[in-house]
Amino acid sequence: MTKNQQVTNPTNTALQEKDYTILNLGPTHPATHGIFQNVMKMDGELIVSAEPTIGYIHRAFEKLAERRPFYQITPITDRMNYCSSPINNMGWHMTVEKLAGIEIPKRVQYLRVIIMELARISDHIICNSVIGVDSGAMTGFLYIFQWREFIYEIYEELCGARLTTNIGRIGGLERDFNEKAWEKIHYFLKEFPAGLKEFENLLVRNRIFMDRTIKCGPISAERALAYSFSGPNLRAAGVDYDVRVMNPYSSYEEFSFTIPIGTNGDTYDRFMVRQREMWESLSIIQQAIDKVNALEDKTSFHGNVPEFFLPPKEEVYNSMEALIWHFKIVMGETTIPKGEVYHCVEGGNGELGFYLVSDGGRTPYRLHFRRPCYIYYQAYPENGERFYVE
Amino acid sequence: MPTLNIELLESKLKENFNEKILSTDKDADMFSIVVTKEALHDVVQFLKEDAYFNFHYLTTLGGLHYPDSPFPFGLMVQLHNMPENSRIRIKAFTGDHEPTFQTLTNLWPAANWMEREAYDFFGFRFTGHHDLRRILNMDSLEGWPLRKEYPLEDPFRKDKDDKMFGR
Repeated sequence: MTKNQQVTNPTNTALQEKDYTILNLGPTHPATHGIFQNVMKMDGELIVSAEPTIGYIHRAFEKLAERRPFYQITPITDRMNYCSSPINNMGWHMTVEKLAGIEIPKRVQYLRVIIMELARISDHIICNSVIGVDSGAMTGFLYIFQWREFIYEIYEELCGARLTTNIGRIGGLERDFNEKAWEKIHYFLKEFPAGLKEFENLLVRNRIFMDRTIKCGPISAERALAYSFSGPNLRAAGVDYDVRVMNPYSSYEEFSFTIPIGTNGDTYDRFMVRQREMWESLSIIQQAIDKVNALEDKTSFHGNVPEFFLPPKEEVYNSMEALIWHFKIVMGETTIPKGEVYHCVEGGNGELGFYLVSDGGRTPYRLHFRRPCYIYYQAYPENGERFYVE
Repeated sequence: MPTLNIELLESKLKENFNEKILSTDKDADMFSIVVTKEALHDVVQFLKEDAYFNFHYLTTLGGLHYPDSPFPFGLMVQLHNMPENSRIRIKAFTGDHEPTFQTLTNLWPAANWMEREAYDFFGFRFTGHHDLRRILNMDSLEGWPLRKEYPLEDPFRKDKDDKMFGR
C-alpha cells in the first residue's frame, strides 16, 4: 500500500510509518457509555490520533417527525437524551407554543421549572457519578444514584413514567402535581443536600480523582466557541453562556441563580461546573415552590387552549364535543399557523434547539434538532490527542 | 440586555452585498435573511468577522427541501452573537438538483459534522470540505433520506395502505 493511497477503513492503515498500535474501542452497546466506535492510533499508551465513528443508533427522528402530528412528537424528544427527557419534552412543547402563540399561566411555568430543574439534577448526577466510576471511584456512584432513583419516583408521581417521561402537553401539563408528588419534592429538597455533600466529599478533593481529571482533555474558550460548545462544557472553559439567562423561557428571568464557570475546560472543571449547577438547581426549585405558593392561582395546570390541550377524560366519555376534540388533537387536525421558529432551552448538556418549519399542515414540514452533544463531539479527536489510555 | 441594531445591520448588508441579499425579514422570531447561494459564504464570513456585528458562534446548520418551489433546496445557517445576545438566520436556495455550497469549515471547525449531516441527509456537496462523507447513516445507503421524495417506510410493502394518514 502506498503512503498516499486513500483508505476508508482506518484499521488498515496500521503500521504505516512507525510501529503504531491501532486500538479499536467499540462500538459499544447503547446502554454503556459512549455509543460510538473509537479507532485510536497509539504509540504505546499514548494516543496519537483518535477517530470517532458515530451513528450506530441513529433513529431518523427528523424524518419521523415529518410524518407525525405535533402531539405525537413529544415521545420522540424523550429518546434524544433519556437522562433528562423532561427538558426535551418541555423544549418541544414550548416550541409549538411559540409558533402557535399560546399563553401559558404563570403557575404552569413555575411547575415546569421545577420539573426541568429536577431533570437537570438527575442528568448531572449521572454524568458526575459515572466520571467517578470511569476514574476508579465506584462508591460515589452507588451513593448518589439513590437520589437519581428518587427523582424518577417523583416523575412517576407526575406522569406515570420513569425514564422516557412524555411529561407535559402542548399548552400545559397533563395533570396537576398530586399530594404525593409535593411530599416527595419537599423530601428531596430536605434530604438531597446531605447526599450531594457526601458525594462531593468523596470526590472533589480526592487526590486520585484530581490526578486523573485535572488537565485531562482541556479546551480553551476560543476553541470551545469555535467548536460551538454550549452548556456545562462551554462554561467549564470559562464562557458564562446559559440559555436560561440569555434567552429566558418559562419565566426563568424571575429566578436568581449564578452561572458557575471554570477556567481550564478540563474534565475536573466540567465536573465542578455540573456539581455547582446542581446546587443552583436546588435553589431554583425552592424559589419555584415559593412562587407557586405565593400565587393566587392554585389549580391551573394548563393554558386555555382547547385546540391543543386534550379535554378531561370524563368529558371525552360523556360528551360528543369533547370526543371530537380529543380525536382532532390526537390526529393533528387542529389549525397551526404557518411559519418557522427556533426555540432553544438549556438542556442537561447544552443548548438544545428546535428549528420548526410549519406549512400549516398536520405535521411539521421540517423539524431540525440542534443537539448539543452531536456538535461538540467533533472536538473529541483534537481533545483526545496526546493523552494516555489508562 | 443590549441587542443589536437590526436597521444598521440591514443597511450594512445591503451596502456590502446589495443585490445578493434577496430578502430580509425582521418580523420572524429572529432576524432572517435570504441570500444567493454564491454569496452565502461571504455573507456569513462578513457577519462573523465584522467587529460590530460579531456573529462569532455557529448555532446550527441544516438543509431544507421544498419540492414545489423553483429553488427546492436550501441551506439554513443560524449564527449567534453572544455578548449582544443577537441571533440571525441566513438561508440560501438553489434550483440545482445536486446542490453545491461553499464550505464553512474554514470559519468554524464546528461546521464539519453539521455539513456532513447535510450531505448525508440532503446530498448537499460542500466545496472545500476536507472529509465529506456520510456520518449518521450507513455508508451503503442509497438516496438522501430527508429529501421529501424519500419514503419513510419501505416502498415495496404491499400490506399497508397509508394514504389516509400520510403527509
